[in-house]
Amino acid sequence: MAKTMFEKVWELHEVAPESADTPAVLFIDLHLTHEVTSPQAFTLLREKGLPVRRRDLTFATMDHSTPTTTDQVFGGVPIKLASARGQVEQFARNCADFEVELLGLQDQKRGIVHIIGPEMGLTQPGKTIVCGDSHTSTHGAFGALAFGIGSTEVGHVFATQCLLQRKAKTMAVNVEGALAPGVSAKDVVLAIINHIGVSGGTGHVLEYRGSTIRAMSMEERMTVCNMSIEAGARAGMMAPDETTFAYLQGRERAPQGAAWDAAVAAWRALATDEGARFDREVHIDATQIRPMVTYGTHPGMSMAIGDTVPVHAGDSVYAASLAYMGLQPGQAITDVPVNVVFVGSCTNGRLSDLEEVASVLRGRKVAAGVHMLIVPGSQQVKREAEARGLHEVFAAAGAEWRESGCSMCLGMNGDTVAKGQYCVSTSNRNFEGRQGVGSRTLLASPLTAAASAVTGRVTDPRSLLA
Amino acid sequence: MDPIRILRSRTVVMATTNIDTDQIIPARFLTTTTKEGLGAQLFADWRYDASGAPKPDFILNTPAAQGCQVLVAGRNIGCGSSREHAPWALVDFGFRAVISTEIADIFRNNSLKNGLLPVIVDGATHEWLLANPGAEVTLDLETRELGLPDGRKVTFPVEAFARFCLLNGTDEMGYLLGQGEAIAAYEALHGKQPAGATA
Repeated sequence: MAKTMFEKVWELHEVAPESADTPAVLFIDLHLTHEVTSPQAFTLLREKGLPVRRRDLTFATMDHSTPTTTDQVFGGVPIKLASARGQVEQFARNCADFEVELLGLQDQKRGIVHIIGPEMGLTQPGKTIVCGDSHTSTHGAFGALAFGIGSTEVGHVFATQCLLQRKAKTMAVNVEGALAPGVSAKDVVLAIINHIGVSGGTGHVLEYRGSTIRAMSMEERMTVCNMSIEAGARAGMMAPDETTFAYLQGRERAPQGAAWDAAVAAWRALATDEGARFDREVHIDATQIRPMVTYGTHPGMSMAIGDTVPVHAGDSVYAASLAYMGLQPGQAITDVPVNVVFVGSCTNGRLSDLEEVASVLRGRKVAAGVHMLIVPGSQQVKREAEARGLHEVFAAAGAEWRESGCSMCLGMNGDTVAKGQYCVSTSNRNFEGRQGVGSRTLLASPLTAAASAVTGRVTDPRSLLA
Repeated sequence: MDPIRILRSRTVVMATTNIDTDQIIPARFLTTTTKEGLGAQLFADWRYDASGAPKPDFILNTPAAQGCQVLVAGRNIGCGSSREHAPWALVDFGFRAVISTEIADIFRNNSLKNGLLPVIVDGATHEWLLANPGAEVTLDLETRELGLPDGRKVTFPVEAFARFCLLNGTDEMGYLLGQGEAIAAYEALHGKQPAGATA
């Protein structure tokens, strides 16, 4: 019988199938963990006297509450935010006590968990990958079944390398056509979320398909899969292909030699079979997508930059959202003055994102009064960017260049946006207060973020592209 | 985890749609390393003013909300971040059930593991609950029925194993540890290679 990729990966990992009374016991190939959602799980292990069952399949980094200023990371200056310092220190102790491999604060490979997994070659097609973080969906770009879990489940995976799961429904997201110049993967996923809705993917694993996806680089594919959760879907997958294999080959933790050839042969068989049925299908015409920006307080409230803020008379929740954002129905989003621009996060903190930003900033200046913060997704991204001289482009434009981490995406480490300020952000969530109490987030692509930094207004990047 | 069999409570209504977990508990409180005491920070940015004083008009600060165990929320509560701190904060505040037409996947899973019953109801029932804050309702997990004040009963779905765990106040860890032999057999079959690479 023809199967979807999700069904194939699922069946490969069934320790015990589901029944009416019990969920399936699903084996987990890679458990990524970080400082924020693991402490209570380590406590559970201690209380029950249990070890981490598969240390070889468990990998730790610190990213959420870590500082991004060089003095606090490498300069011997203690982490200024006391609660963050305590959490980072306890995480290092927990990993040492339970013998979990950790990229510590000063490790040259440290970075955001969803950046370093692919970068090191830990993320591979056909794997089940979990992490106590909803953006684990990122890793689905490789044809892995990857999803976020809570801290109790982090404890389950620590102790048993398994999770109890009910099989999700499947949704094919067919994206067809070539993207117009200046339109990027971020615009594509914002358009998809706008189409499906912020809860449209609930209960489903998405599979992104079609010519637009096939033409994307791995970095672009990761941007799309990253935001699957913003459509309510725990996971989003893409079939592995030559682009996937070329990205992975030679990476530190990817299979090597004969094992590589065997792995690629197995990975090729993962794609959804011809004729396999999805529970739901949607179609997106990528040729119609323009640079997008969010105007409201969830990622589904998005629009093309050239359009005006939609009018929904009589909807009090909508009105409250616009009031929080300080926007009026019917106004042009290009009127909005920009106070802060944030480039980074697991959505858009990779080298190609930084190159796009540099392509706009080269020979230009960040507008007066705009604070632009550029935070690489990992220390490796930072080194690669600096080897290409991007940091000099950023500095010449007047942007700030930091050490890696989640930073201003959620402001846990103190990198925050002030109350009432507008931040054009390449991150993934524009919820109220997400970037700091009272912060107003406008999600956009790296190109749009850079263009908006230069003009000081929300700007369609095509107006600045030669 | 305390078992749940029957809950009888007045409701608190928060009709806002898409209440995300960043609202339920903002990220700056996630540097905690325990589960305890998060009820004080529940809905912090809606509940307190800039000086930290409770806003008198916010529902959870009103006398009517005190002692309520059932939160009726607008469509799609719990979207966004996977932080289990969200159900920890709700339970610490005193809630034992959340009712909506849609509840986000990860939040629903996390809730079930912490004695917070996620209850999905049809649109008409939801409309009635939103329009009647403070209604005295009954949630019977044994029969999977929501009882309304006029005697109507509405059935709600609960995954069978999660229901078993909630009724008995047990957690899933014991069951998973009991699968040790099956897990070892799986591992022996797949060796150290992740399963996807040996297909």
